[in-house]
Amino acid sequence: MAQTNTETTKPQFDIFNFLYKYGTIILIFVLIIVFASANPAFLQTNNIISILRSISIVTIIAIGITISLSVGGFDLSVGSVASLANAIVISMFVWYGQPTLIALVAAFTAALLVGLFNAFMIVKVKIPDLLLTLAVMFIIQGVALTYTRGATISQNMIMSDGSYATGQISPIFAKLGQVPYIIIIMLVAVVVVHIFLTYTKHGRYMYVIGGNEEAARLSGIPVNKYKVVAYLMSAFFAALGGIVLASRVMTAEINAGGPYLMDAVAAAFIGFAVLGAGKPNAFGTFIGAVLIGILANGLVMMSVPYYAMDIVKGTVLALALAVTYYKLK
Amino acid sequence: MTLTMTDITIEFPGVKALDRACFNTRPGIAHALIGANGAGKSTLMKVLSGAYTHYTGRITINGNEVTIRSPKDARNLGIQIVYQEVDTALIPYLTVAENIMLNEFVANTDKKTLVDWKTIHTKAKDILRDLNVQLSSRTLVSDLTLAEKQMVLIARAVSTDCSYLILDEPTAPLSFSETEQLFRVVNDLKKKQVGVVFISHRLPELFDICEQITVMRNGEFVIQEAIPDTSIARVVEQMLGEPLEEQFPSRTSTPKDVRLQVEHLADGDKVKDVTLNVRAGEIIGIAGLVGAGKTELCKLLFGATSKKSGRVAIDGKEITLKTPSDAVRRRIAFVPEERRKEGVLVEESVVTNLTAASVNNFLKVFSFLDFKKERSKAGEMINALGIKTPTADTLVQNLSGGNQQKVAIGKWLVSDADIYIFDEPTKGVDVGAKKDIFDLVSALAEKGKSVIYASCELAEVKGISDRIYVLYDGQITKELSASSTNEEELLYLSTGGK
Ligand SMILES: Nc1ncnc2c1ncn2[C@@H]1O[C@H](COP(=O)(O)OP(=O)(O)OP(=O)(O)O)[C@@H](O)[C@H]1O
Ligand SMILES: [Mg+2]
Repeated sequence: MAQTNTETTKPQFDIFNFLYKYGTIILIFVLIIVFASANPAFLQTNNIISILRSISIVTIIAIGITISLSVGGFDLSVGSVASLANAIVISMFVWYGQPTLIALVAAFTAALLVGLFNAFMIVKVKIPDLLLTLAVMFIIQGVALTYTRGATISQNMIMSDGSYATGQISPIFAKLGQVPYIIIIMLVAVVVVHIFLTYTKHGRYMYVIGGNEEAARLSGIPVNKYKVVAYLMSAFFAALGGIVLASRVMTAEINAGGPYLMDAVAAAFIGFAVLGAGKPNAFGTFIGAVLIGILANGLVMMSVPYYAMDIVKGTVLALALAVTYYKLK
Repeated sequence: MTLTMTDITIEFPGVKALDRACFNTRPGIAHALIGANGAGKSTLMKVLSGAYTHYTGRITINGNEVTIRSPKDARNLGIQIVYQEVDTALIPYLTVAENIMLNEFVANTDKKTLVDWKTIHTKAKDILRDLNVQLSSRTLVSDLTLAEKQMVLIARAVSTDCSYLILDEPTAPLSFSETEQLFRVVNDLKKKQVGVVFISHRLPELFDICEQITVMRNGEFVIQEAIPDTSIARVVEQMLGEPLEEQFPSRTSTPKDVRLQVEHLADGDKVKDVTLNVRAGEIIGIAGLVGAGKTELCKLLFGATSKKSGRVAIDGKEITLKTPSDAVRRRIAFVPEERRKEGVLVEESVVTNLTAASVNNFLKVFSFLDFKKERSKAGEMINALGIKTPTADTLVQNLSGGNQQKVAIGKWLVSDADIYIFDEPTKGVDVGAKKDIFDLVSALAEKGKSVIYASCELAEVKGISDRIYVLYDGQITKELSASSTNEEELLYLSTGGK
């Protein structure tokens, strides 16, 4: 009695559905048109590259958040982890005169330890992810501050004993934060994670866990293992973001990664709706970051005073989120 | 004093869920609404209770045309509904009284800011007493059983002026005695001139409690009759469009060696002492009422909970299952009872759901997914189970309740296991689909698989199984051969008879 429904009706055009799927992309085009007509320089190759460069770090960090969201979690600690990685990698060069490889390994190791701690507390101790990573955000912020003794680390800085730091940042490392490498790193991260989440078994498992954890468990999926992996990946990308940041500014300012958190969270959430995915996804996150980047850049070009910028930025974000979440039942 | 719905049509992307459907009822009777899974019963009643705005058609009460486009409209007209999923409508961390009086809280007509707890509790107690329900108004809803939660919802419905009460598959999760209590409440409501609409896939109970019956098929009205003028066989034929053949398929294969051996298994809680075995190519039934511990036993066998004592062996080798993924590796499959909570991913497509337990079978190199293979297998399952869905990519939340169940079952039929555990597999599915499920279960045994079939539908347990274990209060109290027992004996044993 295979009586599947054949009585299908023609899909009718639904404005809300359309906006849900393409709203973010349309908004991006509208912004481009507005900014370009206000200032033609907006569309120059230089400026476009500069936008892409400016969103690289946000995107990389947001990719980490996207992965934690895909298993139904949330990682707020990424900003601090980026700060920590930034501090460690610069200090390895400047304070300890280590080669690039050691500096990178040290930064990633520290970040992964944080990820492991997050995963343990969430999976085993069962603290809700939002609360735990909020706590860890403060802890790691403090750890990074303590590690740098509350100071900015930079080449030739004055050490506490009055001498000058002698270590130099390796020239290869300094390349990472420059065009085109910084943009390439971002694009590779987006593409790799997108493929991982959409086309592999592991990505499928993560979405299944995010969709219904109990159903996933009873389907025989090793839920805890994948959650651990998700938080490790999240920490990894946060560290990558912090390292690229380090290379770009060549210093480690206090809490340097902190300001990226909110933009990254916004990018990941805006990304839910892009092309109607309806769930966290790497491509959408990238589009979300592009939206934020264009906005920031365009506002600067239109000489909106810096103190008013957050108002406009927040408003447009709210608008983007509105088209995302205003779906017909 | 009647309610009529005429020419109700509603479309969702890809489906015409209702096509000029009609429904008439009146106060003081219980009216059965029946139809196969996806026929449109829930949708029709959602229209009546104001859940949708985009339908066409006419609704009249006592001859006056009314507009129902929001739940508030419906409530103002005295129409109340208790949905299929009771949990979604309750707030677990509030007390029974607060949940019952929720509408009043929200409406808060006299705009007082302070809550008058005494009145709330007195009122709630009065309502519960009126309904003849033994329930403390101060218990937290999270501590209630499903049946009690349903009573809370019914109490909420009648707390305000209620002339029509819609119950969407209220009896699916209930035990016999709980069903009896529900029927008593329904009969009381009838006496108070409430018109009750009753949706259920258990035909016999409809014939017990209802006066009128309306049959739907494919979103259309088929027929309305008085209960005394019709029969179960006739209704089944009307809802399926064809008479139902013999429900239980006959099997030719004979059970082989013992595959799963369980001795004195206990979880330190609901499962107290279970000894059983299953052979290859055999279906064993676990007969037991709601609350006997069937679900707990099934979960224990699947490694979803951990055992306290006893031993489990597969093919003679003792094993320990720590997690469900251990069980899957040992080629055990499990269809849980609470499908929406534990079985399906409502925000994923039908395809993703059907392959969720066997993703490993749909891989190319390096764990890359083989979407084509996945889709074709899903398509097969959709046909085999008659899952009513516009496309394989439709999200499962858009399927009807019964079709969601079928997806949950299909997921495990797609995966290839040796031991299949089914917990109430026919809950909420229509009679036609039940037969499809029986066919698939018996085909599994035919292929040499071992099947454990746990259910409180004793007639079904008897019909499908080779051997039956009776589970009472967490213990196996009797082992019977299916051919030498009958439903009455099973019921007697399941209620603690020796
Ligand atoms: N929100 C929705 N979006 C898309 N399709 C829907 C939606 N709600 C219902 N449908 C479709 O409408 C049809 C009727 O569904 P309905 O839930 O009314 O069935 P039902 O008769 O209650 O079945 P069951 O016995 O399984 O509960 C189904 O084919 C279902 O897929
Ligand atoms: Mg229904």
